[in-house]
Order: sequence, then C-alpha cells, then structure tokens
Amino acid sequence: MNPTLAGFLQALLLVAALAASYRPLGDYIARILTGPRHLRVERPLYKLIGVDPAADQTWYAYLRSVLAFSAISVLFLYLFQRIQNHLWLSLGFPAVPAPTAWNTAASFVTNTNWQSYSGEQTMGHLVQMAGLAVQNFLSAAVGIAVVATLIRGFTRTETDRVGNFWVDLTRLLVRLLLPVSLVFAVVLVASGVVENLHAAQTIHTIAGGTQSLPGGPVASQEVIKELGTNGGGFYNANSAHPFENPTAWTNWLEIYLLLVISFALPRTFGRMVGDNRQGYAIVSVMTLYWVVSASLMTFFEWQHHGTALQAAGGAMEGKEVRLGIAASSLFASSTTLTSTGAVNAAHDSLTPLGGGIAVFDMMLGEIAPGGTGSGLYGILVLAIVTVFVAGLMVGRTPEYLGKKLSAREMKFASLYILTTPAIVLIGTGVAMSFKAERAAMLNSGAHGFTEVLYAFTSAANNNGSAFAGLTVTSDWWNTTLGLVMLFGRFLPMVFVLALAGSLARQKPIPSTAGTLHTHDPLFVGMLSGVVLIVVGLTYFPALALGPLAEGLHK
Amino acid sequence: MSATTPDQAPDHEAHRVSGGLMDPKQLLESLPDALRKVDPRVMVRNPVMFVVEIGSLLTTYAAIRHSSVFAWVITAWLWLTVVFANLAEAVAEGRGKAQADTLRKTRTDTMARRVVGSWAPGAADVPEEEVAATELHLGDFVVVEAGQIIPGDGDVVEGVASVDESAITGESAPVIRESGGDRSAVTGGTKVLSDRIVVKITSEPGKTFIDRMIALVEGAARQKTPNEIALNILLASLTIVFLLAVVTLQPMAAYAGAEQTIVVLVALLVALIPTTIGALLSAIGIAGMDRLVQRNVLAMSGRAVEAAGDVSTLLLDKTGTITFGNRQAAEFLPVGNVDVNRLADAAQLSSLADETPEGRSIVVLAKEKYGLRARHQGELEHATWIEFTAQTRMSGVDLAEPAGVHATRKGAAGSVATWVRDHGGQADTALDEVVDRISNLGGTPLVVAEKPGAEPARVLGVIYLKDVVKHGIKERFDDLRAMGIKTVMITGDNPLTAAAIADEAGVDDYLAEATPEDKMAMIRQEQAGGKLVAMTGDGTNDAPALAQADVGVAMNTGTSAAKEAGNMVDLDSNPTKLIEIVEIGKQLLITRGALTTFSIANDVAKYFAIIPAMFASVYPGLSHLNIMGLHSPKSAITSAIIFNALIIIGLIPLALRGVRYKPSSASSLLRRNLGVYGVGGLILPFVGIKIIDLIVQFIPGLH
Repeated sequence: MNPTLAGFLQALLLVAALAASYRPLGDYIARILTGPRHLRVERPLYKLIGVDPAADQTWYAYLRSVLAFSAISVLFLYLFQRIQNHLWLSLGFPAVPAPTAWNTAASFVTNTNWQSYSGEQTMGHLVQMAGLAVQNFLSAAVGIAVVATLIRGFTRTETDRVGNFWVDLTRLLVRLLLPVSLVFAVVLVASGVVENLHAAQTIHTIAGGTQSLPGGPVASQEVIKELGTNGGGFYNANSAHPFENPTAWTNWLEIYLLLVISFALPRTFGRMVGDNRQGYAIVSVMTLYWVVSASLMTFFEWQHHGTALQAAGGAMEGKEVRLGIAASSLFASSTTLTSTGAVNAAHDSLTPLGGGIAVFDMMLGEIAPGGTGSGLYGILVLAIVTVFVAGLMVGRTPEYLGKKLSAREMKFASLYILTTPAIVLIGTGVAMSFKAERAAMLNSGAHGFTEVLYAFTSAANNNGSAFAGLTVTSDWWNTTLGLVMLFGRFLPMVFVLALAGSLARQKPIPSTAGTLHTHDPLFVGMLSGVVLIVVGLTYFPALALGPLAEGLHK
Repeated sequence: MSATTPDQAPDHEAHRVSGGLMDPKQLLESLPDALRKVDPRVMVRNPVMFVVEIGSLLTTYAAIRHSSVFAWVITAWLWLTVVFANLAEAVAEGRGKAQADTLRKTRTDTMARRVVGSWAPGAADVPEEEVAATELHLGDFVVVEAGQIIPGDGDVVEGVASVDESAITGESAPVIRESGGDRSAVTGGTKVLSDRIVVKITSEPGKTFIDRMIALVEGAARQKTPNEIALNILLASLTIVFLLAVVTLQPMAAYAGAEQTIVVLVALLVALIPTTIGALLSAIGIAGMDRLVQRNVLAMSGRAVEAAGDVSTLLLDKTGTITFGNRQAAEFLPVGNVDVNRLADAAQLSSLADETPEGRSIVVLAKEKYGLRARHQGELEHATWIEFTAQTRMSGVDLAEPAGVHATRKGAAGSVATWVRDHGGQADTALDEVVDRISNLGGTPLVVAEKPGAEPARVLGVIYLKDVVKHGIKERFDDLRAMGIKTVMITGDNPLTAAAIADEAGVDDYLAEATPEDKMAMIRQEQAGGKLVAMTGDGTNDAPALAQADVGVAMNTGTSAAKEAGNMVDLDSNPTKLIEIVEIGKQLLITRGALTTFSIANDVAKYFAIIPAMFASVYPGLSHLNIMGLHSPKSAITSAIIFNALIIIGLIPLALRGVRYKPSSASSLLRRNLGVYGVGGLILPFVGIKIIDLIVQFIPGLH
C-alpha cells in the first residue's frame, strides 16, 4: 500500500472509531456526573475523606477543594521524588534534584507532563507508578470535574451550588478512568508494550557491543498517559520508544485514546443541557480544527523542499521510520491539539511550517478537542465570547443556553481568554530579554526563537510536549516553567468555576424565535472564526518571527 | 363624509426603523467639543481610546526626539484617531443639545401664583402670592389662568382648561386637562389657553419633567448600560491582550535583529486594539436614545432602551393599538327574503341623521361595499329626520311619499323591535337568531326596520357593528412573532368578544375583563418565566404595572403617577409606538454587535500590512505576507493607521443612524449582519489600505 493511502485510511479509521464512541462514552460520562446513586466502592471512600456525598458545594467551596487537593498533590509528588532513594524499586537512582522535582510535580499535577528529566535515567519504578501515574489519573479527573461545574452552571437555576468536587473526582476515577485504562492496558500489553518491574538489563549484541534495555511498568502508565491527555512518557523518547509504542497499531490506538474522552465530552455537554445539537455544534468546531491541522501538518511534512528530504519521501529527520510521515504527523497534530504532549517524533525536527502548526495548535488554547475537561471548558468560554458578539447582532442582549451574559459573566470569560496568552507572551518576552536564558537555545535564528516560544506555549497551555532543542534543566527554566504551568492551569480554572457559579445563580430565559441558535452551521462557522481571530491573532507577531520567518522563503 | 378615524396603523410594506440623516456640517460644529474631550481625565472613561491617546503622546515624544516625516505623519494620524473618536460622541450629543436648547427656552423665569395657606376644594377667593417658579415646592398649590404658563409639574385639582403643550410634544392642537381622572397631569412650561385651574405641584424645583428631559437629551444623565459595561470589559481585555502582544514583541524582534521604533510599535498596537467600536460605542448609545426622542419618546435611562430590545412579551391595549377607538359597521345581514342592497340603502338612509362614529361608519360601509352614494340630508325633500339620542337609541327618517309616509328606523335591537311591534309588525325568530349570533361574536347588532306607508312595519335586517382591527396590524404581529415576541391583548371586553378580536388581530394571547390587578399578575407571571415585559399605560391605576414592567411606556396624556412609574414617556400618547420602541432597542443592540464584529475582523488585514513591513527586512520570506503589495514598510504602516482613523469617521453616520433593521427571525438577522459586517469587515480594510497606500507612497519620506 502506498504511504499516502495508508495514512489516509488510518485517519479515516480514527474518525470512524471516534464517531462510534462519541455517543456511548459521552452519555456514560453524563450519567456519571448526574446520577443520584453512589456505588458500593465509592461510599467507603467518601467516609475515608470525610465528605457528605449528598452535599453540593458553592463554586467557591468547589474551587477551594480543587486548589487544596492540587496543592497537596504537588507537595506529595515533590517529596516522593526527593526521597525516592530511600524507597523500594528506586533502581539505585538518587533523589531527584529539587528544581527538577518541583518542575515535575507542577507538571504532572497540572496535566502538563512537561518533562525536564529523562524517565529511565531519573525515576525509579515506584515514583513512576505511585507518583506520576497516579497524578495522570487525578489531573485528568480534575479537568473533567471542573467542566462539569460549568455545564451545571447552564443546567441549574437559581442556586449557588455547582456540584461536589469529591464526588465528581471519585466517580470519574472509579467509573471512567480506572476501568477504561485497565482494559486498554491489557490491549497494549498484548500488542507488545512492556509491563514489568525489571531494572535495565544489559545485553550483548551480535556485533559485540552492549545495550541497556530498560524495563518497567510501562503499559499501565502508557494507557492513562494518552487517555488522560497527560503525555508524560515512561521513557525519555516518549511514544517514539518501541517499548512504549511498538507498532503502527499501538500508534493508532494511542492517538485514539488521547482523543477519545475530549471528543466525547461535547456529547456529555449536549446531553446534560438537554439538547444534543449543542454538543454536535461544539464537536464540529473541534473536528474542523483537528482535520485542518492534521492535514496541513501532513502536507508540510511531505512537501518540504530540499533534495535530501524529497529523496526520503518527505521530512524524515526526527521521525520513526517504522511509523512514517502520515502517522507521525497525525500524532503530532493530535497531541498538540489535546494538551497531551506525548510525542512519537521530535517536534524540533518538524519542518518549519509543520512545527508552526504544532505551536499554533497549542496557542488555540487546547480546545480542539483539548485536554480532558479543559478542552471543553476552553471552547465553551470561547463560545460565550462568540455568543456575546453574535447575540448582539440579533438584537437582544446576549444569552447562551438560556443564561444571560452580563458584565459579570463577561468579566470571567475575558479574564479566561486573557490569562494564557499573557503568560505565554510575557514568559517568552522575558526569556528573550535575558542573554543567559537565551543561551539555552541550541539553535540560532528563527528556529531558536521557536524553541523558546514553543516551551512557554506548551507549559502555559498545559500541553507538555517539547520542541526540544532547548536546554531547560537550568534552575531558571525549571522554576519558571513550573510556575507557568501552575498559573496556566489554575487561573483559568478559577475563572471557569466563578463563571459556573455566576451562571447557576441565574433564572433561565425561555428560548424564542428571536433567540440566537447555538446549534446551527452558522454558529459553528462563527465560533471557528472567533477562535481563529481572537486567539490566533494574539500570537501572529510571535509566529511571524518564528515558524513563518523560517518557513517562508523569498 | 369622510372615513371615520384616520388609519393609524403603520404601513406594513414601507415600515422600517430609521433615524435622521447626518449633516456633514454637524461634524464641523462638534469639533470644538471633540477637542475639549481630548483631556485625559475625560478620555480615561473610554479605555480603548485612552490607550490610543497615551500612544499618541509616546509617538509625539519620539517624533520630537528623532524627527522624520514618517514619525510625524503617524503621530498626526494617531491624534486624529483620538479626535475622530471624540467627534463621534460630540456629534451624537450635539443632536441632543439642539433639542435641549428648545426645551430650555420654555423654562423661562415664570412667576407662579402660589396659594397662601391651605387650600380646600371649592374655596373661592383664595389668598395668593407671587413667587418665582423655581421656589415652588412639592405640595404647593398654584393658580393658573388663561394666557399664563404653568409654573411646574403637577396635577389639576380644580377646574378644567385647554392647555397648549406644543413646547414639549410639538403638537399644536391644545389638550384638555381637568381635575380628577386620568387627564389631570400638567407639565411645567406649558401654557393654559382658557379657563382657570388650580394645580398641586408634584415635583421639586430642578427636577421637573422638562429638567429631566433636558438632562436626558443632552446626555448629561447618561450612565453606561449593563450591556455596554459587559462589552467594555471584553474590549478592555482584548486591548490588554494586544498590548501584551506588542510589548513582548520588542525583545523577540531585538533577538531577530529587527528592533522596532516606538512609533512603529504604537502604530501596531493602535491598529490591533478595537478602536472602531471603542470610538463609536458611546455614540451608538446616545444615538439610540436620540432616535427615540425623534419619535417623541423619552427614555428615562439607556437601560430601558436596551431592555426594549430584549422584550419578549408585549402587553398591548386593545383600543387604539389593535382596534380603532370605535366600533364600526362591518356587514349588513338581511332577514328573511330582503335583498341586501335594499337593506344597505335603508341602513344608509336611516343613519344620515346619526352623527355618532358608529352611524357614520354605516354610511361609509354602504358606500364602499354597495356603491351607495352618501346622500345629504338636504337633497331629500319632504324628509323628517329623526336624530340618534341616547334615550331613543334609534335614528331614522320619515319620507313623505305619495303612498304615505315611508318611515325607516335603525337602532339598538330592543328599541327597533319595540318600534316594529308598535307599528303593527312583528319581530320574528329569524331576527333573534341573527342578533344573538352577532352578540356571541362580541359584536353589536343594530336592527334596521321600515314602515312603508300604511303597511305594517317590518324588519329588514341587521347591521353588524364590530371592533375593526387596524389595517396591517396582523402582519405587524406576524413580524413580532418571527422576532420571538409574544403579543398579549389587554381589554375590558368580555372573554367572548376578546377572543374574537384576538383571533382576528392575530395576537398570541389576550386578557379579557382586565383589571389593573390582572395586568400586574400577568406581568409577574411572564417575568417569573424569565421574560421581559413591555406595556403602555396612562391611568393612575396603571402605575404599579408600569413600574413592574421591564419597559413601561407612560402616555403623556396620563397622570403624573403613571409617568413617574414608567421608564419611558410617549409624548404623542400613541400606544402603537410600543412596537417601534422595541425595534429601536433591537436596532441599538444590533448596531453595537455589528460594529464590534467589524472592528475585530479588521485586524486581519492590518496584520498583513504591518507585520511584513516590520520584519521583511530581516526575514525576506515574510514579504509573502504582504499580499496587498504595499509600496514600502513606511507606506504600509501609514496606510493602516490612516485607514484605522478614517473608518471611524466613515462609520459615524452608521453609528448614529443604526444599522438597517427589518423585523425577522434571529437566524436571518444574524446571517445578514454577519455577512455585511463580519465578512465585509474582513475584506474592506484590504481594499481600503491598498487604496490609501497608492496615494501615500508619493509622499516624500514614506518611500
């Protein structure tokens, strides 16, 4: 089969699989978030943490729970890494240095999974299993829990209660993430991903050399790395490592896993607000951006000029030969659009414009389809901005799903769309101003600048993929990016929860013929336009100096 | 004889909300005001334009230090941008000021004849004293006689007078004001033309109706409306984002070896932040109020105008809004084997002496439907006319003919039936059936009978009088329905009558035998469902409902209690205007949304002009982004800034007039406005910047 056709069929199969899981998974998550019953395994957990599962929280209490839980998680993960040499299965590694431990703790709790360390050379199996993998589950669940409050903001009326964080968290873990991960972990093991507790084994090759083969509980961590849009690889090479991602099939499956929840959540949204068409409108915008991004990325990787590249059939530098251009491009697009950040190729070696697509994907704010939960709340906030402007054009003060968008709602929505660009731009600007920090760049010129821009974009948007080519292990980079990740994760959450509280308090406005439709193609087009103009244009000057400067030739 | 009441329903086909046109002279006249607003303390209220002003100061400083043609051209146009924005607001306010001046003339140094001591109804020869109108206080009693100006707002407590209110309404016909009832309110500054009245003052000095009107049309009392505040928040956050994008660009540019001057960075910033909507936002709001004023409606706050756009339920009084004030003949129904033309002829003949509107409508119907020429009383000889009186409830004529006196009568069913029986005839059951049927439909049956010579009297048929629904009102309601607005008819009629009229007029719901309490309950019920309600009212008993409604339009003829309770006053006292008010509210919001969309969409073209101009020197590949093929970096940036400034001036007329608005569904409105202002906003600057570039490239120093 020629590679073009293979790539196309792979993508088509992916779309089919995602479409097939859209309804059942979306409906199932909606039931998890709305069902009145508590499972028998959940009750003791509530007792253990001392919460009344029947009591709903105000948005403020919910926020306190999210922040307290995350703060404890950061602290725990930090300490865990600092004392790993005293624990089992440390494989003889020393304690993780403080700056790296801080950066990693912030990174995994924020669902970023930026890795300023090399997994197989830094972390013992226990930290990987009980520290990092656990956070993969928790941070994914926190994202979905927060978007649940925003949806409840639309569905609930005249109340100050937006849900119970502990119940949402527990249910999402027990009923969604754990069982699905279990099933697919077995599938991955069956497909050749390793799962053991071995230390690195040294083997002698036929040629007489030696090779070190690292073992580890990889499959169990691999599955949640993708499913929870985390992206932190067990090994430094991430999904380019044959033990994490051995075949074309596992590659396809990993792309499917990292997309499946985020693409199904619009259904959950539609189901919960009682109008599935609302979900279809949102998922349409997500799909549009995903398809365009993946197509452009593949196109740029294939069409790159240069004799060597043409001879290889495309830009093969930094890509796994066994996966090829199409599968690598599809993976790169999907991982940057979902806040996953797992990679199966070196993004630094993408063509300039292909790399530009990867940065731009993240700059969109991780909304197509974005991280678990965070993708949906991101796009819903943009939908609110769209409704605000478009709603005026139908001659009414704007309302979305029966809730008025007044000054208070717009304040939080505006702060939301302001936060991430502010962090990225200020971070990049500051880094570019300091000579010492610029020295971290391994490349000069526009490509070097893209490396810095990529790092801040990835951290602030909680993506976690690295362009590489940037030495980020210095204290400055570890500390700064750690802060960037925390601000990029929790400031938006504050605004989303405040928005949810504000919406839930309102009385619903009945829909009439004069109400703006938020489910028709016109709205899909408009939301897509707002995403591109409001979000995209913010970064245009920066993109012009990086990927565009490098990719456009006179 | 002409038609009864003039057709007041608006012509459906030609109907469209529009505003006054802008005179270019106004721009020049408003210039001094615009320059005065450049004061930073004033500008700070508008965050977007304040940023432009700070930017202008920075470029001025830069231009002084490193003087160049480019720096000065950019500086000049940035200042012009600030002035143009102020001009938009000044022009909008200027239109109100002219109106305020006219009003102020009426507020002269009127002297009041205040009653000394207490006043009791009927007291004759009360002691009076002369005081200045400004010294009148709440609860004072004043005497006003023919030829005198009423010194303050109040209620007539004694007497009746005709009053010239043209000073505030522009209507020259005098109106009657009398004590008691719903026509007791008088406004300070109006003139008593006849008789003597005693007025109880109901407003404090400086807070009279005219004072408030002046403050409103001048925009002095203007506060930002909730939606304006929300939009300002969004605009401010976009401004901050772009500010960050530009500020952080410098270190990135420095790294690339293309450090930018202050002038270029400020130019980029001003081009990106939403200056168009930022400049026009307050003008749009002021103009919206002004469009209401042009229709003789005073909105007490901008918030009320905005709420009008959101209204989803309209409570409309039947009489005057949906139907004409009087019942009219709609049909002639013959009884037995009488020919309908014969009935029409008799009906017309017997109504010639009936000067009531109902009587005249019979003559009109006979003429219009049966081609019977209206006869004059004088052209029939030997005729004895029997005029309609409330006692006989009949009118008619006795014609002396060779065969004897031919008598024709028309009137209330009972009276005519008695007349027929008295003259040897009989009213049969067929008549009763018709009469009952009309009554059941909510109409009024009038019976026509004749007594030809010596023959016994006989019934000819029945005239069906009914409330006539105004022409075009049904289509108007269809429009409203398409806009998602529910119409509710309020009437004192019985449910049967109300249902019939409601059905004919096409309203969605009706409230029959409505009491003020019913109205109030209806408003509360709609509001509980999250709907915004608009209504009109004039009586004191309407006041609570007017206050409860989200948009309460008080008729100017109404009591001061009603005017106090509502948030709008219609000086023409035309209840149909409620529909127009809603449309103006919607038009205001659409204009705001359309210009915001336009403003944001403009950014795309400006990026394509400025970014290659800034960096193509170090990264030649970026010249591909110069898709407009602009002459040089300097001309490109200059063109973008000039376009940015000129578009503000270009859009002032649109901001003042409001975008074209035709009542239709949300989807079609959105499709149209998005096409014009979204897509248009994307394309127009590409064309505009290119054209300006073709001109400015010839300026020395911009090569």
